[in-house]
Amino acid sequence: MYAQMVETGVKSVKTSTEMSSEEQAFQTRIDADIKIEPKNWMPEAYRKTLIRQISQHAHSEIVGMLPEGNWVTRAPTLKRKLQLMAKIQDEAGHGLYLYSAMETLGADRDDEVQKMHEGKAKYSSIFNYPTLNWADMGTIGWLVDGAAIVNQVPLQRTSYGPYSRAMIRVCKEESFHQRQGYEILLHLMREGNDAQKEMVQDSINRFWWPVLMMFGPSDANSPNSAQSMAWKIKRHSNDELRQRFIDQTIPQLQILGCTAPDPDLKFNEETGHWEYGEIDWAEFFEVLKGNGPCNKERVAKRKKAIDEGAWVREAAVAYANKKQQRNAA
Amino acid sequence: MKRFDDTTELLLQLGDSAMIQAQRLCELVGGAPALEEEVALMNVGLDLVGQARNWLEYAAERIDDGRTADDLVFLRDQGEYRNLLLVEQPNGDFAMTMAKQFLFDAWHKPLLEKLCNSSDERIAGIAAKSIKESSYHIRRSSEWIKRLGDGTHESHERMQRALDQIWHFTFELANPYELFNTLDTDNIAPGIKALCKEWQAIVATILAEATLTQPETAENNYLSGREGVHTENLGFVLAEMQFLQRAYPNASW
Repeated sequence: MYAQMVETGVKSVKTSTEMSSEEQAFQTRIDADIKIEPKNWMPEAYRKTLIRQISQHAHSEIVGMLPEGNWVTRAPTLKRKLQLMAKIQDEAGHGLYLYSAMETLGADRDDEVQKMHEGKAKYSSIFNYPTLNWADMGTIGWLVDGAAIVNQVPLQRTSYGPYSRAMIRVCKEESFHQRQGYEILLHLMREGNDAQKEMVQDSINRFWWPVLMMFGPSDANSPNSAQSMAWKIKRHSNDELRQRFIDQTIPQLQILGCTAPDPDLKFNEETGHWEYGEIDWAEFFEVLKGNGPCNKERVAKRKKAIDEGAWVREAAVAYANKKQQRNAA
Repeated sequence: MKRFDDTTELLLQLGDSAMIQAQRLCELVGGAPALEEEVALMNVGLDLVGQARNWLEYAAERIDDGRTADDLVFLRDQGEYRNLLLVEQPNGDFAMTMAKQFLFDAWHKPLLEKLCNSSDERIAGIAAKSIKESSYHIRRSSEWIKRLGDGTHESHERMQRALDQIWHFTFELANPYELFNTLDTDNIAPGIKALCKEWQAIVATILAEATLTQPETAENNYLSGREGVHTENLGFVLAEMQFLQRAYPNASW
């Protein structure tokens, strides 16, 4: 998940006659579903696309801790606090192994983080929305992690080996988060008072459209998809995944006894799919550009942590050097 | 201001100290100096909330007035909290965060060791489970004290300043108090009388290795966390932590 509009730097997908022999061998390997490993030859554009996608994914895990950090000090019971802390810890862990997967491509974690702080690298648009009530902790688990899973399940089969293996581990934990999130909401709807039920509906109203935007622009406006799909970095189109997510989510929404803020939502008997209203793409592109509700605060918070931690990291290096010198002496 | 039997008072001191220490760690989400430390901070915090829950569940059973561990955490006011004054102090910079963590760990781990031999099986069981976690906590925090103390000039200065600033709250850790006598005699916490000396020894060793100067012995400042007489900081910690339970009384979450 968490990768939206990843540029491939390629205008059109090459046909096999346009490819060099190396490129042909590479594409044959991809077509045969053999994983690409760090030491294999790969086109530069493939490597760069992956660095962009994996770093975007890693940044999303880290920035994604912030909306939850906003409530972890106010979790209402010991059980909920423990769950939320464990989820946040998992996300930091996901960030760590995604950055490691990215480093197998020759990229440097600090450089890529720096790009994010400078606004040159993106993270998922969803984390630029504020968490305003406790139910948001349920909604993020259920819808945001739910959307992430729909995106990530196919990524377990993505062509780059280290990324694919990282996704297998991440998916297991995300599924757990999703069930936990849904349980938070179900509990509020079944055991909660009117104010708590209102929190749930309010939370769904605020997150519904931004969650649908997580899958990225519609296929018609997704210029990079063809190449990513040819390389099997991506395995399904944005609209396909979005539809899959909606179809699986609406029954869960009905069980909650809540509604989606979409008057055009209706089930099509013939296709067997839920049809949904027009997504506000202007909002999506603005949020991606940095003009969302919390973009500035999210980036500022991450930048502050890294900047203010510089002396700590320097001290750790200095101490390690001293220790090494002492041991050598 | 003792209100319960000695064993229950001890359980509250343990549970409340772990809880407030963890609550301060929760404030740091997304603000650690490195990603690895985000994982570590939550890891320690999770251990401590888990321990707090175990101690307070037992405390709630002994108090036996219908309250649960959740009620104790989310519905007691600061005068009823029994945590060490040290843990309710603000995080400050990373040097202060680690100074607080280390000074706490150096008290916590030896205390848990003694409680492993408690004649109260429930206490011995919780302590045995917690000791593994707290052994990791003190290993990690001692390492950071050494890294920062003996790292760069700046880190040394910051670490020394943090120690000097927080030190006066250590009088609660460095001095035995009345409860120790009965807890020791009754074998609830056998050997607890030696706790303060052990704390001093651990702290002295690590600070020396870290090339830091140990401040002069802290004197009683007329507050007492274990008697519910706190600094002004605790009220704000609780206001945040208890917000939902206070704003929506009797709601189920």
